[in-house]
Amino acid sequence: MLELIVFSLLNGLVYGLLLFMLSSGLTLIFSMMGVLNFAHASLYMLGAYLAYTISLKIGFWPGLIIAPLLVGVVGALIERYGLRNVHRYGHVAELIFTFGVAFLIEESVQLVWGRQNVDYREPEILSFPLFTLWGTDFPAYKAFMLAISVAIFIALLLVLTRSRVGLIIQAAITHPNQVAMLGHNVPLVFTGVFGVGSALAGLAGVIAGPALGTFPGMAAVLGSIVFVVIVVGGLGSLAGAFVASLLIGMLQTFAVAVDYSLEDLFAAVGITTSKTSALIDLYTVTVAQIGPILPYLLLVLILIFRPTGLLGKREV
Amino acid sequence: MTAAIELVDLRKSFGSTEIIRGVNLEVGEGERHAVIGPNGAGKSTLYNLITAKYVPTAGRIRLRGQDITARKPYEINRMGLSRSFQVTNIFPRMSVFENVRCGALWAMNYRYSFWQDVDRLDDVNERSLQILNDIGMVPRADVPAGVLSYAEQRALEIGITIAGGANVVLLDEPTAGMNRSETDQTVELVRRITENKTLIMVEHDMSVVFGLADRISVLVYGEIIASGPPDEIRGNPAVREAYLGAEAD
Amino acid sequence: MSAIAPTSPRTGGTFLRRNAIWWVALLFVLLLPQVARSGTSIAVLNQMCIMVIFSLSYNMLLGQGGMLSFGHAVYFGLGGYFTIHLMKMASGGFFMPLPLVPLAGGLAGLLFGLLFGSFSTNRAGTVFAMISLGIGEMIAASSLIFVKFSGGEEGITADRTDLTSLFGIRFRSEVDVYYLIAAWMVLSAWLMYRFSRTPVGRMANAVRDNPERAEFVGYSQKHVRLLSFMGAGFFAGIAGGLFAVNYEIVTEETVNLVSSGTVLLQSYIGGVGFFAGPIVGAIVYTLLQTLLSNYTEIWAFYVGLIFVATVMYAPTGLTGIIMMHLPIYRAGKLRSLALPYLRIGVPALCCTIGVIGLLELLHFLSVRAVGQSTKRLFWLTLNVEQPFAWIIFSVLAVGGFLVARRVAPSVLAAWEAASLHAFGGRAR
Repeated sequence: MLELIVFSLLNGLVYGLLLFMLSSGLTLIFSMMGVLNFAHASLYMLGAYLAYTISLKIGFWPGLIIAPLLVGVVGALIERYGLRNVHRYGHVAELIFTFGVAFLIEESVQLVWGRQNVDYREPEILSFPLFTLWGTDFPAYKAFMLAISVAIFIALLLVLTRSRVGLIIQAAITHPNQVAMLGHNVPLVFTGVFGVGSALAGLAGVIAGPALGTFPGMAAVLGSIVFVVIVVGGLGSLAGAFVASLLIGMLQTFAVAVDYSLEDLFAAVGITTSKTSALIDLYTVTVAQIGPILPYLLLVLILIFRPTGLLGKREV
Repeated sequence: MTAAIELVDLRKSFGSTEIIRGVNLEVGEGERHAVIGPNGAGKSTLYNLITAKYVPTAGRIRLRGQDITARKPYEINRMGLSRSFQVTNIFPRMSVFENVRCGALWAMNYRYSFWQDVDRLDDVNERSLQILNDIGMVPRADVPAGVLSYAEQRALEIGITIAGGANVVLLDEPTAGMNRSETDQTVELVRRITENKTLIMVEHDMSVVFGLADRISVLVYGEIIASGPPDEIRGNPAVREAYLGAEAD
Repeated sequence: MSAIAPTSPRTGGTFLRRNAIWWVALLFVLLLPQVARSGTSIAVLNQMCIMVIFSLSYNMLLGQGGMLSFGHAVYFGLGGYFTIHLMKMASGGFFMPLPLVPLAGGLAGLLFGLLFGSFSTNRAGTVFAMISLGIGEMIAASSLIFVKFSGGEEGITADRTDLTSLFGIRFRSEVDVYYLIAAWMVLSAWLMYRFSRTPVGRMANAVRDNPERAEFVGYSQKHVRLLSFMGAGFFAGIAGGLFAVNYEIVTEETVNLVSSGTVLLQSYIGGVGFFAGPIVGAIVYTLLQTLLSNYTEIWAFYVGLIFVATVMYAPTGLTGIIMMHLPIYRAGKLRSLALPYLRIGVPALCCTIGVIGLLELLHFLSVRAVGQSTKRLFWLTLNVEQPFAWIIFSVLAVGGFLVARRVAPSVLAAWEAASLHAFGGRAR
């Protein structure tokens, strides 16, 4: 039991921080520009694939730097030559546009790299078990992911609270209209934030690729979860995104480990369920099996009972 | 006799700043009442409180004796209060005729009907044409509202407001941004359409108010400092100092 | 953006005349199998008709109500599941003629629309879009978990010929099913059009344009949206039911996000600002899908490109482009546009050929067998290892794009001149 809790906590932390790397960029972009970037998870996937190709040519470590930069450039280009033109048609049109971009990125990944998984691996130097507890290994690569995520988190915190650009961004989040009047080059800031947010997504892809697999569906697996994170955390709230990332990270990893169903619960309190009932699935499905829908269930519950999200101020 | 609109010790704060500081006001049935005041006096806030866009911090609002404090906008509208907006607020992608018709549907009891053809609702269509005629926009009936000129959109805004036939009409600076002749036309229009109705209007332009209102209330720093017939207000020294004096600067 | 079904309150006439276009449409779809006889073309027509209903229902949300949904397949798929279960049960023997079973799908769509709409229609815009995505994911994931109901990845199958026969028709052939689907399509389209002309339908437009103002004429924006949402759910469910009848199988693929994305794609390409837009979109999309997939594996990429180009350069969709030319055509000024269109058409075509060439070569590189170095494209045999083909296509793509962009303003000016003339100098 203790083993399960410790490892679920660790894995939840790794996964949660990965989610935050994605949701922080998404939240920044949404807060400043009002744009929900549907293509965010696609950029995450693009990061993983680019890093894979780079790792084949010149190794894992250069890929760790180059791939996110390339994704950042792609993001900045999307903003500069796509989004900005669509902006005049309103937020819904922008959302539709990013949906189209997501579709295109996903198709192009398949066009270039094929429909199969690619064998993107962690570097030799990190493929050993860091420690072994109760007979279960904890891979060093996961510790590496954790370290990168924490480093990014701290860097983001420092940039936002200590630097000039960070102050402008913070101001733009709370008072988007006034910042423009202060004479800052808002379009440039937008392109920059979009680029940096994309690069963060790319970096998340680079480090997640070897651990979670690099395949054409990897954007779809995470894409909607990241949206759930930013709604549950509260739209436009970075702190909320952080809390929700960890919460959902934990929720999903713990759910996987719980192999009980309603039937077991009923049995424990002495109720037997009919095997022929049409609702039999409801009883026999284990928590581990419904793991994938838990975040969405959480989303629905949040919307009904706390429409502002956990830490948000804007009414959904 | 109950008043059409009654405000009892109405207060509204934004953060720690109290914008409306205890307003008491009664507007009788059939009265044309204007609320005037210098910029920043809280006119728009007061207006938005009465029309349920804002929720008051304290106090009550009654519409013909019924408490409407903190009711939803559509509920208040259904109880017979209709409002216009200071910033033009229309349905830009729909035709002028449809804009007015939307204003009439609920009041004429078609509500959430999804089985009747709007083009065959003769009473609604007649009413809408009548309103278009009143606001002088029959020739523009089929034009999308979004392409109208500013003055036309303002007139349409009033058309939507009165289309439901509400007995209590609130207008927010109906002549804002208009030139002299447009203003005169609008005043004439407002006079015509509020015949036998209760009108409350917030207005900055003094000439509009003195020509139109039966009674005037002067709002300064969130409080009503005087209320009475136009002549009395004109002669009131406190008003002159707070408002007219400031205006002369 | 202007022409959302022109309004004239002064229409009259008999039932027959008022609905003339619908009778023509009905006649047309009923005669269509006489022209397109082959099995494949009937199959394509069936799919097309189902997609027309689905897209029209989608446009009750996006075009009419201003609600961007990323999860509309929920109602399509659930409609399909409920219909296929009804078909399975009915083949056990109770009276249930096949033409009525899509109603089960419709009701399922309606009820789930009520359920999910009750907490997602408070606001439109981005927030609504996100909630719809969440619900879509939830239902798609559930359909893989609750295997008893959904059959998991294999799905649920049924045999439509087991149902009660009506006047001896057992719907064994595709053509029989076509008539059933086509009749439902015309009926659904007619009902959806009528809905858009009711007080609620008009207020859906009003709420889309300006929710605040709509509240101040007595309507709750939420209730108006919810009604549209339920209606959209109902007709999506009908479409799903027809899907079940047609394919006799319903799988997770009907309910998932790809399906939701497809309906957005085709509606938008067709043009969401017009009632007929989604119809055009569904027809074009189905044709693209069936024709392009014969020639290229990356057809979806091309559809994506068309979609993004539509969002960026022609947000009113194909129907919008047609409508832009209607007054010019009526004024007999279409010929004045021939030359300008030729001027932009040629470079645009070059650009398209270049882009297609590059994409196909790129794709070929990733899928080719070892040692294979030539690809047949445009009746040419190209060697991907030589730079020649790459250079040619790059030049065509970039050059075509640059020239097209250069002449675009003059073409636009020509169009403006023509349409100004068509409107007799009045502003559009």
